[in-house]
Amino acid sequence: MGFFLEVLIGGLMTGMLYSLVALGFVLIFKASGVFNFAQGAMVLFAALAMARFSEWIPGWLGIANPVVANILAFIIAAFIMFLVAWLIERLVLRHLVNQEGATLLMATLGIAYFIDGLGQTVFGSDIYKIDVGMPKEPVMVLQDVFAGGLLINKEDFIAALVAALLVAALALFFQKTSTGRALRAVADDHQAAQSIGIPLNRIWVIVWTVAGIVALVAGIIWGSKMGVQFSLVTVALRALPVVILGGLTSVPGAIIGGLIIGVGEKMSEVYLGPLVGGGIEIWFAYMLALVFLLFRPQGLFGEKIIDRV
Amino acid sequence: MKLRKYALAVSLAAMGLSFTLTAPVHAQAKGKQAQEQFFPVLVYRTGAYAPNGTPWANGFVDYIKLVNAKGGINGVTATFEECETGYATDRSVECYERLKNKGGGATAFQSLSTGATFALTEKAPVDKIPLITAGYGRSESANGAVFTWNFPLLGTYWVGADVLIQHLAKKEGGFDKLKGKKIALVYHDSPYGKEPIALLQERAKMHGFDLSLLPVAHPGVEQKATWLQVRQNRPDYVLLWGWGVMNSTALREAQATGYPREKMYGIWWAGAEPDVKDVGEAAKGYNALTLQHGVELNAKVTKDVLALVHGKGQGTGPKDEVGSVLYMRGLISAMLGIEGVKQAQERYGKGKTMTGEQVRWGLENLDLTQQKLDGLGFAGVMRPVSTSCLDHMGSSWVRVHTWNGSKWEFSSDWYQADEKIIRPMVMHASLKYAEEKKITPRTPEQCKQ
Repeated sequence: MGFFLEVLIGGLMTGMLYSLVALGFVLIFKASGVFNFAQGAMVLFAALAMARFSEWIPGWLGIANPVVANILAFIIAAFIMFLVAWLIERLVLRHLVNQEGATLLMATLGIAYFIDGLGQTVFGSDIYKIDVGMPKEPVMVLQDVFAGGLLINKEDFIAALVAALLVAALALFFQKTSTGRALRAVADDHQAAQSIGIPLNRIWVIVWTVAGIVALVAGIIWGSKMGVQFSLVTVALRALPVVILGGLTSVPGAIIGGLIIGVGEKMSEVYLGPLVGGGIEIWFAYMLALVFLLFRPQGLFGEKIIDRV
Repeated sequence: MKLRKYALAVSLAAMGLSFTLTAPVHAQAKGKQAQEQFFPVLVYRTGAYAPNGTPWANGFVDYIKLVNAKGGINGVTATFEECETGYATDRSVECYERLKNKGGGATAFQSLSTGATFALTEKAPVDKIPLITAGYGRSESANGAVFTWNFPLLGTYWVGADVLIQHLAKKEGGFDKLKGKKIALVYHDSPYGKEPIALLQERAKMHGFDLSLLPVAHPGVEQKATWLQVRQNRPDYVLLWGWGVMNSTALREAQATGYPREKMYGIWWAGAEPDVKDVGEAAKGYNALTLQHGVELNAKVTKDVLALVHGKGQGTGPKDEVGSVLYMRGLISAMLGIEGVKQAQERYGKGKTMTGEQVRWGLENLDLTQQKLDGLGFAGVMRPVSTSCLDHMGSSWVRVHTWNGSKWEFSSDWYQADEKIIRPMVMHASLKYAEEKKITPRTPEQCKQ
């Protein structure tokens, strides 16, 4: 029972991190109808900026305090993500208004490759460190209840907590602020939103910036766990089944989807893996999402699209 | 419109500049065509495995530059061209096709990928180009009577797995002490990661230890489930068969699940700086095999590279990388190819360009004595390598090194794989391959030709 709970908790915490990456997809899709294939590349780019500036700043400014260096690096990286968002809007999205979804998807595919290459050219392709003071050692709890206790990974726990807080803040931003309402209006209907005076271009810059900052937080958490390197882009691939399952337009869907996928893949690997040779968690996550789609094609919380024929 | 014109102008200027810069190189190449030996270099400087592929490529290329700085291969200039594979088998095959006829014909290919080696093994005999796979590739390709064009020089994964078990037995006080022990193999779920399984299963049968297999999907960034299984099974030892990010992630997960790093042993591709440097103190005590060499900052060849290549502003990568584990692996791989050419020149004419077929003969008759190695600057780095028709591996010397929190230190004496176990496995697997592919193994007489 103790081991089952460890797998469950591990899956939930990993799932929360998947939710964070999935949120980037959902935010952009909600506001612009674009399935942003570049979300993984944005995670890598943001993490590279954070890692490199936190390394360079102490040398440039003579700052010895790592907390100050990390805060400054975070601000610079966030500003860089704003610049990325602005450039994407100016150079790509603006020219593709009212184009087919497939065209926009292909455009983000191009952006993904460009950002991947640019990030490694500007910041390097080695492994870089982000040290934000996350504890690495595990903690054992409930030793009286379970033999050997219940192992909790402190780093994963804090990361899941940060992810949960960010998700909550974004949900509030969407529901309670005027900008959030404008974002939702744009998501519902571009032309109607424009007709009542909502500036489409500005909204897109805002939403891509927010997605960039979400990518930055995800990049910091994953980068702190495994080092900042190219493999971070693959984290986004882990979030794809989450958005398939949760629905592309739903913030709660990204959260619940993330938790289901996180738990599903860990349980499958631990309990089914040994029966079929192991290494099944990646495809199992996609299979789980596809099974859900059989019953709810729009995802768990996605909007049902009804077209008049 | 203005922007488009500007972009066009910049592109044309860049093309012009690129032509201006490269034109003399082509002209020079044409003028000296008869005295050049072309080395295709399959690299991965981008993608998930770039942190490991880049130092290997830098070491490889720097050694070619060093040879040229010292007068070439008996006067023949070594030329090279890189091709980016991203550690993908399909792109490796593309690179092979693109480079095989360049520069008068490729000398030998080194793909740094077991998956790519599987694919190229079919092509090499057709194109008559040797495949050097120093420390990787198909283990059964050590039998040169069947795998005429493959050269898994210095060691195969069966050698690595065998030495690991020998080392664990020594720690436990004998092979009989392995009975009942639990050993887990955490491996990259690819042809590379699966290679040691056959040998480990054989050893498990012989010594009665319990072997559990835990695959990790490419690229290995998510291993929580794997390490929870390690925590549940509590193996006495974990063998790590990873590459790239998988290794550092495994060490972090071991820390997160409280598995002692001193009980972890990696193959030689899981024992370099990129695997541990960011994990730092948390990787302290972690062990890995070395393919003969380790970190070689004081070797003569390292000093030569620093003086004659980096010292003249021609270094390929950062200066402080010279002498690191994967840099040395690339450098030694290049050296083996070049020594194959030298050996071929002994038979077919010094100062001449060798064909792939001639280089194949050279590689099959390599005789790198300690004296020769010392003369090349590898004193203390390598032990002798001597190949033959039946032995395309040439040596199986291995050591163990341990991460002390800030650097690698040798922690064992030299080991050699147990031929009594490996040779029958090589023969069995290679003859099975020959049967499948309708290959008639070469006879001892044919080997002499």
